[in-house]
Amino acid sequence: MTIARHLKHRTGTLWLAALVHRLSGLALAIFLPLHFLALGLAVGDAARLDGFLRWTDQPLVKLSEVLLVFLLTVHLLGGLRVLVIENFDWRDGQKQLATLAATVSALVALFFLVRVF
Amino acid sequence: MNVRLYVWQRATAALMVPLAAVHLAVIFYATRQGFSAAEILARTRGSVAWGTYYALFVAAVSIHAAIGVRNVLAEWSPLSERRAGRLAIAFGVLLAALGFRAVAAVVL
Repeated sequence: MTIARHLKHRTGTLWLAALVHRLSGLALAIFLPLHFLALGLAVGDAARLDGFLRWTDQPLVKLSEVLLVFLLTVHLLGGLRVLVIENFDWRDGQKQLATLAATVSALVALFFLVRVF
Repeated sequence: MNVRLYVWQRATAALMVPLAAVHLAVIFYATRQGFSAAEILARTRGSVAWGTYYALFVAAVSIHAAIGVRNVLAEWSPLSERRAGRLAIAFGVLLAALGFRAVAAVVL
């Protein structure tokens, strides 16, 4: 009973938005060194980068890219919401804005999915 | 998180809003065109504008991500704040080194 009461806030939309923001940021932080290493393949030899670009044509890699586009968009929009809250007058409807950010991110990722396949 | 880190976190976030939006647009454009490495490099090599844009992006993201990783480690791991801070600085330096190397690879 007490545990359930303590965990109750963890079902809220804005708690979920904060969790998504943190996890998407963490995932992007893990991905970034790999992204930079891949681009670094162009040092002195464009053929190596070409080989990598061909490797990215695999469906599983493309699906991973779709996920990354979602993560980048949801982190960007979620961060923008936080910046607006902290720097401008309070606006009601934060739950709706957080839901809108997630929906737009999903649509952007879906649009990207359609383009890459 | 102290005030100094908070301000750096938010300042780099604000700086990256337009940078990330442009990056997303570039991702969509480049995917549509199906560029080869030679085509990508022909557009970026020698470009002061792309060089400045990506260098700024790398600098901002290295600071932003390092502070974020520090917060996650301090709050979600058993590490002390001091140790989390040191690990985060190492991560930020690594990210900046790899990032600037990547910028040099596509711009120089």
